[in-house]
Amino acid sequence: MRPFKFTNTKNSSAAINLLDRNPNASFLAGGTNLLDLMKEDVERPDELIDITRLDLTSISSITRGKNAGGVLIGGLGKNTNAANHQLIRKDFPLLTKAILAGASAQIRNMATNGGNLMQRTRCSYFYDTAMPCNKRSPGSGCSAMEGFNRMHAVFGWSNECVAVYPSDMAVALSAMNANINVMQKEGQIRSIAINDFHRLPGNHPEKDNTLNHGELITSIELPKNNFAAHSAYVKVRDRNSYAFALVSVATGLVLDGNKIVSAHIAMGGVAHKPWRASIAEALLRGKAATLANFRLAAEAEMSHAKPLFHNKFKVGLGANTITAALQLASKGTDAVA
Amino acid sequence: MSDNNTKLTKEEERLFGDLMPEELNEIIQSGLNRRHFVKLIGLASAGLLTSHLIGAEQLFARAIDMEIEDLPPIAIENGVTVNLKVNSVGKIVLIDSRTTLLDTLRERLRLTGSKKGCDHGQCGACTVILDGNRVLSCLTLAASCEGKSVITIEGLARNNELNPMQSAFLKHDGFQCGFCTPGQICSAVALMKEAKEGQASYVSTNIRETEVGMMLSDDEIAERMSGNICRCGAYPNIVAAIKEAQTGKNIEQTWLFAG
Ligand SMILES: Cc1cc2nc3c(=O)[nH]c(=O)nc-3n(C[C@H](O)[C@H](O)[C@H](O)COP(=O)(O)OP(=O)(O)OC[C@H]3O[C@@H](n4cnc5c(N)ncnc54)[C@H](O)[C@@H]3O)c2cc1C
Ligand code: SF4
Ligand code: FES
Ligand code: FES
Repeated sequence: MRPFKFTNTKNSSAAINLLDRNPNASFLAGGTNLLDLMKEDVERPDELIDITRLDLTSISSITRGKNAGGVLIGGLGKNTNAANHQLIRKDFPLLTKAILAGASAQIRNMATNGGNLMQRTRCSYFYDTAMPCNKRSPGSGCSAMEGFNRMHAVFGWSNECVAVYPSDMAVALSAMNANINVMQKEGQIRSIAINDFHRLPGNHPEKDNTLNHGELITSIELPKNNFAAHSAYVKVRDRNSYAFALVSVATGLVLDGNKIVSAHIAMGGVAHKPWRASIAEALLRGKAATLANFRLAAEAEMSHAKPLFHNKFKVGLGANTITAALQLASKGTDAVA
Repeated sequence: MSDNNTKLTKEEERLFGDLMPEELNEIIQSGLNRRHFVKLIGLASAGLLTSHLIGAEQLFARAIDMEIEDLPPIAIENGVTVNLKVNSVGKIVLIDSRTTLLDTLRERLRLTGSKKGCDHGQCGACTVILDGNRVLSCLTLAASCEGKSVITIEGLARNNELNPMQSAFLKHDGFQCGFCTPGQICSAVALMKEAKEGQASYVSTNIRETEVGMMLSDDEIAERMSGNICRCGAYPNIVAAIKEAQTGKNIEQTWLFAG
């Protein structure tokens, strides 16, 4: 690992100023992604600003204003605490499920909510500094395009990068239309809709998201929703636990009897960002909650996929996973598969 | 050494510029560190310092407050002093900012119970209990642990009496080679607290209600222990040991002596 200066502060503005004045500095939160990448020489900050002592860990209901009924989750809170907080388990169980589907208990005890959003791709060529990779080293080429791309994208990729974004938590946040609140220099606050937070690779795969250097994620806002009783997170992976998704689906159904008032569906493991399955959502609106309708909508969504050489299986798997998640959600959040 | 950013005098800048041109910028920005110091000693023994005697005196004067005797024979850069409680004993260590908690425990505090399996968060062999929660010490910077309390496998027994989880692992043969065992046991001990609090897992079926003091099924134990890989495949025995430790009830061993 390269040498770096270590600083810590309890003050958010101080942390932002420290980061802002050094383009090679990084925030250190749980460290579960950043340290790993520093050991691999993929990330090379010369200064780390430890932000784990900032007072940004609480979880609280929003009781007033247009966002009343929602919940604010501190950006520096741990994934374990977000998943297990009573407010989240009761009213936003989809988030609990998605967080608990990721990593291991140890890692969730370390990982922060902000750090989770910022985690980088697990594309193996991105990790291997001997291989070309446009995300790690812009202009060097994409090794995965013609390489082993079984884990890679089927939606929204470009010729520059076919990587997928690995967070489970963010897939649930996407289905829930969360907002990411960030603080800038001089204390200004900016709110970014989760579906605008991460980017598609386009010509700039080195940019995972729309956060600027010097901005700090202070909280995540979950707007009130009506699908706590009918939500599901289904994750398919190569082994049962402690592995990244091949495909995952977060869904919430607002039902009126057997009629679907609205369906909220986001996918993980298929694109450079959480992929909102808006084609399937549109098809399900107003329809009966039946297996046949679920399958139709799922297949319609996946018919737009553009698989690569090694990941054609994700098209069928995606349709099956959407169908299974919708069916589970229609039975009820605590239903067993 | 993070705060030795004393400004260099013009004399010193010239001295370092002559001796270590590559390092000059670094020294100006973050001060003299141990790697520079070691290099200077090398130069001194090669006789290259003689023409810079005045500067050299100042160098050595600065070097003295580096607590050299307390350090391992490696170069420390960007030193950070950390106060830690390790198995209930207070420790103060001066470490390179890059040092993980795992390396601090193993290399500096000589607590080699915690193991380095992968060093990348993928195996759980380095699991320790930090402020009550299980974490991976290979992905934790020691510098970020100021004021925290660490429990390692060495700290679980009380006065020669094993922790019940340790006894259960022994009884059920929860290991073969034993490499993953310290991590497994620390993980399992913390898991008992999580179950008591009613923390959920991916396989829990009652997400919307919190059930405190939950008794874990085999599936729940397997899912919650999935962050600890065992290459010997002692999993069934590990699950049996955890069940016994949790229920306090005698559970049949899954193995028998031959004959
Ligand atoms: C073996 C392993 C398996 C895993 N499996 C999964 C999985 O199955 N599913 C899954 O979703 N994840 C998985 N993860 C990833 C894990 O969830 C992330 O590493 C973690 O969420 C990152 O959070 P952190 O706090 O540790 O971030 P850090 O590593 O500290 O930081 C990551 C990045 O975010 C930046 N950052 C952190 N906080 C902020 C903030 N508040 N504002 C602005 N920038 C910030 C940092 O500067 C850094 O660039 C796995 C990780 C490992 C090591
Ligand atoms: S897919 Fe993206 S991250 Fe992977 S090698 Fe190509 S450019 Fe790099
Ligand atoms: S050594 Fe830490 S997880 Fe493998
Ligand atoms: S006992 Fe050998 S790795 Fe687990």
